[in-house]
Amino acid sequence: MATAEPVLKPDFQSKRKHFIFTDEHEQLRESIRAFATKELAPHAEEWEETTFPDSVFTRMGELGFLGLDKPEAYGGQGGDYYTSLVLAEEIVHAQSGGLAMGVAVHTDMAMPPILAFGTEAQKQQWVVPAIKGEKILCLGITEPDAGSDVAGIKTRAVRDGDEYVINGSKTYITNGHRADVIVLVTKTDPDAGYDGFSLFLVPMDLPGVIREKKLQKLGMHSSDTALLAFQDVRVPADAVLGQVGKGFYHIMWELQGERLIGAAGCVAGAQAVFTRTLQYAQDRTAFGRKIGNFQVIRHKFAEMATKIEAARQLVYMTAWRFQNGEYPVREISMAKLYAARIAVEVADECIQIHGGAGYMKEYGIERVWRDMRLNRIGAGTDEVMLDVIGRSYGL
Amino acid sequence: MSDPTATAAAAPPPFTDELQRFRAHLRAFIARELAPHAAEWERARSFPNQVFATLAAEGYLGLKYPAELGGGAVSGEGFRVGGVLADAVLSEELARCGSGGLAAGIGAHIGIATPPIWIFGTPEQQRRYLPAAIRGERIGALAITEPGAGSDVAGIRTRARRVNGGFVVNGSKLFITNGVRADFLVTAVTTGEGAGGHHGLSFLIIDRGPGVHSSPIEKLGWHASDTALIAFEDVFAPEENLLGQENEGFYLIMGNFQWERLLMALGAVGAMTWALERTLPVARELGRRRGGDAQALRHRVAEIAVGLQAARDLTYHALRLHAEGRDALREVTMAKLATQRRCHDVLDACLQIHYDAAGAASEAQVADLERGVRDARLGPIGGGTDEIMREILGRSLGL
Repeated sequence: MATAEPVLKPDFQSKRKHFIFTDEHEQLRESIRAFATKELAPHAEEWEETTFPDSVFTRMGELGFLGLDKPEAYGGQGGDYYTSLVLAEEIVHAQSGGLAMGVAVHTDMAMPPILAFGTEAQKQQWVVPAIKGEKILCLGITEPDAGSDVAGIKTRAVRDGDEYVINGSKTYITNGHRADVIVLVTKTDPDAGYDGFSLFLVPMDLPGVIREKKLQKLGMHSSDTALLAFQDVRVPADAVLGQVGKGFYHIMWELQGERLIGAAGCVAGAQAVFTRTLQYAQDRTAFGRKIGNFQVIRHKFAEMATKIEAARQLVYMTAWRFQNGEYPVREISMAKLYAARIAVEVADECIQIHGGAGYMKEYGIERVWRDMRLNRIGAGTDEVMLDVIGRSYGL
Repeated sequence: MSDPTATAAAAPPPFTDELQRFRAHLRAFIARELAPHAAEWERARSFPNQVFATLAAEGYLGLKYPAELGGGAVSGEGFRVGGVLADAVLSEELARCGSGGLAAGIGAHIGIATPPIWIFGTPEQQRRYLPAAIRGERIGALAITEPGAGSDVAGIRTRARRVNGGFVVNGSKLFITNGVRADFLVTAVTTGEGAGGHHGLSFLIIDRGPGVHSSPIEKLGWHASDTALIAFEDVFAPEENLLGQENEGFYLIMGNFQWERLLMALGAVGAMTWALERTLPVARELGRRRGGDAQALRHRVAEIAVGLQAARDLTYHALRLHAEGRDALREVTMAKLATQRRCHDVLDACLQIHYDAAGAASEAQVADLERGVRDARLGPIGGGTDEIMREILGRSLGL
């Protein structure tokens, strides 16, 4: 198989499709991109003020985008894991980090544990309408006193006959105001350590579920983020999701998928702001030439492009392992950490290249920076990722 | 085979299970035949020519060349592999010999000196040079850089004047790996009207002989590599040693750079993998000494591992494209840029952990890493500097 390498003419416009993707993935990519560009992006500015409407879910449900990798038996498309990666990448063309996050919480954070651990009845009750976009899901882990330290959560669920009574509060809950149901992490046995947690599916219209306030944030303004209180909320015993006492492990499993999807979104977000800024650098002149033709600016783009490509390959290769049935916690943590960091760095550099325009709301670059910043915190901070990776080496 | 960044069994494309078995086999060979001599050859400022013969006996000098020239696939338990990907595995694994200079000397022969003859040479030139090179009997070097022309190859001044039956060469070449020992030098010369420029460059295969003077150069690292200043004084090269088309040498340089840069990226991935593997037990010992207070250390190791994994995935991506015969100029350039400085930084961080954990590793192990850091410093310079990589990438974006 010895081959002489011909000297090939570079073709920078050619599509370099990664081996994990097929033509079908590329078609899906096109259609999600067209949808996001035509139907979502024009409203991005407005939704920063109002949060995006629930109709985004119903429309995406109609188009089949909410169940791409979910089983056909529940109304999904039955695609592979890569289809959800494609969604995470292309939804960035909505130009609204908060919208992308709201959708991802629904499809890739709250829905997978119901499918993985839920009963048939629970799947019929929640997953089927969720894939149609008729019911909206959210996930409740973080509490006012427990963020990275998931084991420190205090929300209690106490058995009372055929029911559980839930008390506690959850914060920073994406979709918390609009959701129909929450996948709620509770403590059912305070003395059992990691074995004392259980998940519940709690309908958000039950008495005692209080949507306290819409939280104001640095970015992700189009996302609805809630502080929730649960006061003597009674749910039947069959509202338990998965096994009683296994909630901590269930949620740790869930976080893996969430992190990888988040990483894919970071890469795509970085690529999008890079592309816009490249265009700007080719249009804008200063000191008598295009600013992109200044060597220092050119080198900034070279560095950014390299970082983005490295992050993309890290995400794709990790997804490849995931799709192959591996459970690559270390690599997922690496992809999440690296992609989140470079997304913030790239957004910051893009503001710098835009100069004053980058600081102004009108250009939308500052919004990317604000939206991206969350990725180094949400779904596990950089520091938690480093801890997970370091511990995986026995340290 | 314990690869610290791989928790998975599946071979990452473009590698196959067969290539991974070859990798394991090579790893054992390198640990047995090369690594034990790293310190000695470092002190000697050279490694013996016998190394080429040892590698040739295993078939490692001709993996990507055809059988009729003496190259081709090699076999072992559970593998029969050859071609570009087998060569890529070799380049990555060679880093584990623990001597950048040794890896560079071998790499210069198989990765940069012989490929131009294979790609641009006539069948006659291939027959004249490659079988002996693949047997490790004649050693090659690529001579492009000059005292006045490094990153800027358009500044090359070594002149080949046409005479009856060939060329007479005058000029000098600098930083030429294998330059003292080489039997033949694939040399960039100006042949066009006027000096330099992209369209006046040609390549000549210059055999060692009268008028070729080489002298070794002292360096920061890569001590085991024979790196030379070469002077050509009225050296005659026959017409049949013109490699590729006259005045189209720039094209040859550009073509060759892709593979060279890819090999450097692979070498950096190999070196980082090697360094992390050696550092993990030391870090664990340090963690034990520090009791419960080792979070900074844990994060430090995690940072090393993340940097390595990102470098590996990007490099393999570029390799996949290149091996498929696709243009991968941008990806190869990115892989080179993303790996070289990082390799130095990763090895330096590993060394720091060794210093912190004084006594946890042997003096020889510490010396291995010290050598590794020195050797890695060349990465952001050789094969095109980081700054040149940024230029290429920036221009590829239309800037």
